[in-house]
Amino acid sequence: MSFIPNTDADRSAMLEAVGVRSVEELFHDVPVDHRFPRIDLPAPLSELEVLRELDALARRNADCGAAPCFLGAGAYRHFIPSVVDSVISRSEFATAYTPYQPEISQGTLQAIFEYQSMIARLTGMEVSNASHYDGATATAEAVIMALNVAQGQRRRIVVSAGVHPQYRAVIRTYTQGMRLEITGDDADSSVEELAGMCDSATACVVVQNPDFFGRIIPPSSLSALAKSVHACGALLVAAVNPVSLGVLVPPGDSGVDVAVGEGQALGNTLSFGGPYLGFFAFRREHVRKSSGRIAGETVDRTGRRGFVFTLSTREQHIRREKATSNICTNQSLNALAAAVYLASLGPRGLRKVAELCWHKAHYAAQCIARLPGYKVHAAQFFHEFIVRCPISADETNRRLFQRHGIIGGYDLSREFSARGNELLICVTEMNSREEIDLLVTALSEVGHA
Amino acid sequence: MPEPLLFEKSRPGREGVSVPGCDVPQTAIPAALRRPSLPLPEVSEVDVVRHYLRLSHLNYCIDEGLYPLGSCTMKYNPKVNEAAARLPGFARLHPLQDPSTAQGAMALLFGLQRMIAEIGGFHSVCLQPSAGAHGELTGILLMRAWHGARGETRRNRILVPDSAHGTNPASTSMAGLEVVEIPSDTRGNVDLLQLRAQLDDRVAGLMLTNPNTLGLFEENLLEITRLVHEAGGLVYGDGANFNAMLGIAKPGLMGIDVMHFNLHKTFSTPHGGGGPGSGAVGVGEALAEFLPGPLAVQAKGMAGGEPRYEWRTPSRSIGRVKSFHGNFGVLVRAYTYIRMLGAEGLRAVAENAVLNANYLQSRLKDIYPVPHGDRTCMHEFVAQGKIAGAPDIRALDISKRLIDHGFHPPTNYFPLIVPEALMIEPTETESRETLDSFIEAMRTIAREAVSDPDLLHDAPHSSPVRRLDEVKAAKELKVTAG
Repeated sequence: MSFIPNTDADRSAMLEAVGVRSVEELFHDVPVDHRFPRIDLPAPLSELEVLRELDALARRNADCGAAPCFLGAGAYRHFIPSVVDSVISRSEFATAYTPYQPEISQGTLQAIFEYQSMIARLTGMEVSNASHYDGATATAEAVIMALNVAQGQRRRIVVSAGVHPQYRAVIRTYTQGMRLEITGDDADSSVEELAGMCDSATACVVVQNPDFFGRIIPPSSLSALAKSVHACGALLVAAVNPVSLGVLVPPGDSGVDVAVGEGQALGNTLSFGGPYLGFFAFRREHVRKSSGRIAGETVDRTGRRGFVFTLSTREQHIRREKATSNICTNQSLNALAAAVYLASLGPRGLRKVAELCWHKAHYAAQCIARLPGYKVHAAQFFHEFIVRCPISADETNRRLFQRHGIIGGYDLSREFSARGNELLICVTEMNSREEIDLLVTALSEVGHA
Repeated sequence: MPEPLLFEKSRPGREGVSVPGCDVPQTAIPAALRRPSLPLPEVSEVDVVRHYLRLSHLNYCIDEGLYPLGSCTMKYNPKVNEAAARLPGFARLHPLQDPSTAQGAMALLFGLQRMIAEIGGFHSVCLQPSAGAHGELTGILLMRAWHGARGETRRNRILVPDSAHGTNPASTSMAGLEVVEIPSDTRGNVDLLQLRAQLDDRVAGLMLTNPNTLGLFEENLLEITRLVHEAGGLVYGDGANFNAMLGIAKPGLMGIDVMHFNLHKTFSTPHGGGGPGSGAVGVGEALAEFLPGPLAVQAKGMAGGEPRYEWRTPSRSIGRVKSFHGNFGVLVRAYTYIRMLGAEGLRAVAENAVLNANYLQSRLKDIYPVPHGDRTCMHEFVAQGKIAGAPDIRALDISKRLIDHGFHPPTNYFPLIVPEALMIEPTETESRETLDSFIEAMRTIAREAVSDPDLLHDAPHSSPVRRLDEVKAAKELKVTAG
């Protein structure tokens, strides 16, 4: 099955029109010794057979929609209203290309414009682009934007150790050819200490809020940091959790210059890590230094409102090696899912989801804190917190899964070798009280050496 | 009818989805942490559904008809792909679950890595990059790291043909390397003399799109890769046009050291109006240990009668280019497609894509100039939007008029080296009748251009909006609602 409509008769007629005798002749430019190699692949399958194979593969995974799951660490399980998949499954959205012909792409362009508007309002920023690949790459692009704003005069980046370890890794990968000094994340630092690291060579300071360990940076501290960073002439970049913004003060209100983050939590399935979307919002004054596609409003020649991609002179297809980024394809359909999610929930719905996350996580933390041998870190948190276990986090998780069918928290020793007994536990609106109580009972049972 | 913005439909108090009540004791949220307001639209569920349904009607898509955007490979996206990616065991799988609870997903990733490596003739494949440009950045960083590991830090130049996609030079600069442009020769190939002149000990490598953006197979491919290697450089393959090469030739065996595959082009995953995509990267053995990690690998021992999989980060990895494991949902779709086609099906894809393109080229080149129309094209060809007897008609006018005839236009004004370029790629999933109706539309437009040029200048006439003022959009920048 190759999804090819033409028959042998069609092909014969077309070959004749082209003036060649066989399809093989069309490939005479390909070096003859390399032409038509053997490709060793499994035998082709019908739709019935391929779905059977895939279903078998899918069933070998523990589906964390079915099991009680307390894993977060950058990818979050939230309820996705049915309307989201209904919209993003539509052929008109799913099977269109990037809207290069705006007259017949107004659906995609208006949806992106509305997505940008909602992200700007959610983050309290002035401008949003059409999305980046994920939270990690959006954070790296924010760093590059800060370098561009500094016109190459500042080569130092201060990154908080509270930024997701994978985001920090991607920042380093992206910028490895740029001769930068990236500092600040070798030890846990307070907001004041981060402010102290910022100097006249610093292009930006990058923080995460709530940070990777769940801790909230209060608006007053974030504002103070922004003031210090601006006094150095640098930008403040904050990776934020979009669901938390249903209730928490948005980064724009605290003086943040670029607010980025993982948008998956807004209506996108976990899907083993992707496709997600990186949202990217910033102050208007930096728009010409920004990366990624941006939809803008205009009119057609009859004066009707319409939308186009704008400021494309920043982009690779016009500017080539002088572009602000190489990004071209982004995560349009995932951004659409986020927009439909935000529209469906509205301000009250998103606030309620955020409040449910807060209350349930705090309830879980309070119950776990009462368990002998367990300690919950004292910091103020949103929906994720650290638990120090009496035995290794790895063994705790194994027992939780094997004995109780629970997918536990994130074992911090996977990224921080000294933190062998610490679990990062995430609780969202998806976790019922019964599930939380089950986790607490299970922890008390598995916590013996 | 234009569709109002969601914000314009908003009415205070209207709600969409209902959220359950709280079933645990509540903990007060400190007032200092609370945002004062959240100005999102307030709409009901039916408002949301109708809004997006109406917006969807303003889009053209591949499920509606021919979408001959050159270099974009807009082929039909099989529906089974969607069913596969939505299986609960995939869609509801957390990326940080213990590998023992994600063996099926890891088996799929491993299997896809192996299948893509086999199709392209590569040693290893990394599935992390999310798009073609992301794969390019990964590839250039790999080349840089390889030279660095050999102490050849002087090599900071990447040669890029003038026919290349804009992402090639942009990815090169992002990786901190310098771009040197190489002109094309009269046959549309890389100019060998100019290439030779640039090959010195400052060259890190060459980026080569093959077939190139003129739709032509690089006639001197083996000599080019040999020359670059002799000069100590590496060759990067831009796989945007790999649809023409499936089962026809393996780039990895023709001197391409590293290449990205656009799974959202060649391997049928839908474009989603601009993503998500996947830019999987294949490399030869020399570069394998530099790949981003972790990769799914087969471990010793078995798990429940099946091979066991684990994560492994290559020893000299350039680092992650993305969080987690790449665009997994896109990878499931590509896996499904490759499994359904098998080796024979993939070759049939390339053969039919190339036949369709040559058929269009042969039937259109007597009306529209095709600068390299004397050559056999691959999956696409570049015509010029120039019509005898209609001197003020431009490629853009022809494209916009095609919309009135019910087709998505080809790619305009690219590649940059062909004035008034119309880059046409039909793909293999179009029938002869569809191609014939496109040819007929192009012939009609050529006649209209002479008899009534304003019909073209004012086109499109039938679309939801007419030509849009892009200058105004940039000048009076409005990128958010009210």
